[in-house]
Amino acid sequence: MNKESSVINKIFHKNGRAFGSMGYFIILMLIFLIGAPEAWLRPNLHQSVFVMMPTLIFLVIPLVFLVASGEIDLSFASTYALAAYIFAILVKSGIDPALAILAGVISGAVVGALVGALIVYGRLSSLVASLGVLFLLRGLILVLTQSRSITMMDELENHWVYHLLVGNFYGFPMQMLWALAFVIFSYYLFNKHVFGIHIHHVGDNYVSAEQMGINVKAVKIKTFMFVGLGAGIAGIFTTLITYSFFPTQGFGYLLLALAAVFVGGTPYWGGLGTIAGAVFGVGVIAYMEVGVIAVGMSGVWRQFFNGLIILLALLGHRLHGDRVR
Amino acid sequence: MSNIIELKNVTKKFGGITALNKASLHVGAGEIVGLIGDNGAGKSTLIKTLVGVYSPDEGEILIRDQKVSSWTALKAREAGIETVFQDRALCPQQSIVWNIFMGKELTYPFGFVREKEQINEANRLIREIGFTSKLINADSPVGNLSGGERQGVAIARAIYNKAELIILDEPTNALSLNETQKVFDFVKNVKKSKRSVLFIGHNIYHVYDISDRFVILDRGEVVHQLTKNDVASPEELMKIMRDTIVQH
Ligand SMILES: Nc1ncnc2c1ncn2[C@@H]1O[C@H](COP(=O)(O)OP(=O)(O)OP(=O)(O)O)[C@@H](O)[C@H]1O
Ligand SMILES: [Mg+2]
Repeated sequence: MNKESSVINKIFHKNGRAFGSMGYFIILMLIFLIGAPEAWLRPNLHQSVFVMMPTLIFLVIPLVFLVASGEIDLSFASTYALAAYIFAILVKSGIDPALAILAGVISGAVVGALVGALIVYGRLSSLVASLGVLFLLRGLILVLTQSRSITMMDELENHWVYHLLVGNFYGFPMQMLWALAFVIFSYYLFNKHVFGIHIHHVGDNYVSAEQMGINVKAVKIKTFMFVGLGAGIAGIFTTLITYSFFPTQGFGYLLLALAAVFVGGTPYWGGLGTIAGAVFGVGVIAYMEVGVIAVGMSGVWRQFFNGLIILLALLGHRLHGDRVR
Repeated sequence: MSNIIELKNVTKKFGGITALNKASLHVGAGEIVGLIGDNGAGKSTLIKTLVGVYSPDEGEILIRDQKVSSWTALKAREAGIETVFQDRALCPQQSIVWNIFMGKELTYPFGFVREKEQINEANRLIREIGFTSKLINADSPVGNLSGGERQGVAIARAIYNKAELIILDEPTNALSLNETQKVFDFVKNVKKSKRSVLFIGHNIYHVYDISDRFVILDRGEVVHQLTKNDVASPEELMKIMRDTIVQH
């Protein structure tokens, strides 16, 4: 074997899960392209994906960190709405939208940290406890808003922050650029920064991590906080794009975001995760949502195909082997 | 001679089990202390308390004759104490290099890791420890290594930081003769550079060979302490150990 091909082999081996997700994405695109080429070339199809994809990316990437740390979270779908709600009421009370965005994002991070502290110090199961928080926060929002939506067309339409975050850059949606920046930042944080490296250790073997002086509790709480931050950003981007907050916002993303994490190739058991894979996972889920209808099938098929692709992806990722111990 | 570390009357309980009962122990600068005792005597519990993994229920810990409060594993490492734990404390899905630098990564400002430097240092350490398999490089996950090789990674980690005190909890039990000899050479080098070792082992011949002083632990209590001058041979040490444990 010559040196060059062994380097390529190594890259493939180390990033097998990410390449797997890329493969699913390419296959899915080819199926749609062959199935409905005219629909595929219509820009409005991609336009709706460009709304959904950044939102999913802000949700899914921090979830990869969390799953790699050995925990899970469901409450992000409500944190999303809470951040958007705080943003909306601040804008309505006359505060500058830029400041309101900051407040909304920070509130997401704070909620995430609180959820993390509850789980870590209360020694609760993250699945069950975050399910509780999911309902609790959503309930709170419904009570506070009395199920009413808030529209902010006038306040946002001509504001610089709107154009900076979700405007157009030579015809390209700004939110996609921000999502890309978030992905690159997260990639370095996850793979090259002590925070991400400690997440890998904690999720792999927290007893070892503790013995080597890593503050396992702090790492976990910070990771939950990152999930809350991502949820806050996602909620605010969607609210900006649609100019409106509505109290059930984000609920639909709960299962789609989780699906994207696992379709993206991050295993459920902790210690491993892939950012690049998650991006393709998001691509699969987002195009799945619009693609079924684009190829001319009835919308009732959408969930069926979502389920099928999740199962096929999981079976495919099994080829990367079991957990090493 | 000043002490690097000292435990005074430390008690540690796990539910109903008293794993340590008013145990006291100290390690002086440049000293090699052998800690011996039967299975379940409390040796591993003692060293985990010593390095802040467990917090004691009673008693105190002194570092360089200063009493410490809220002692943690991180503080112990920062104070110059490195440990090879009995379970090796590795993360099998992570690479050798990440395991070697676990908890003490080499970083730039803002916490980004010096990857090149870590890889180079890890490769150097792997060579120093003398891994036999040529396939091994610093990027492969620890989970792919043999038991002895994993032990090598844990020892490499303890070596790297040039600690003042190195604690070895049964460091040789999965190693071949050749590798065991390397560990002994390493312990002797540490002594030569006036640093200290706390060595736990079941093989009395090994412990006798390298230690300056012996501490015998039985059912959580320190039942006997003696220096090498007090014992003429490993056989005698074994006899003393049996007698004190029977009497206790
Ligand atoms: N985390 C724990 N939880 C409960 N009991 C424990 C724990 N760790 C140790 N023990 C108990 O404390 C006692 C001492 O255990 P320890 O591991 O310190 O013994 P040891 O001297 O290191 O034995 P060995 O030579 O077999 O390694 C044992 O009875 C053990 O069952
Ligand atoms: Mg032990």
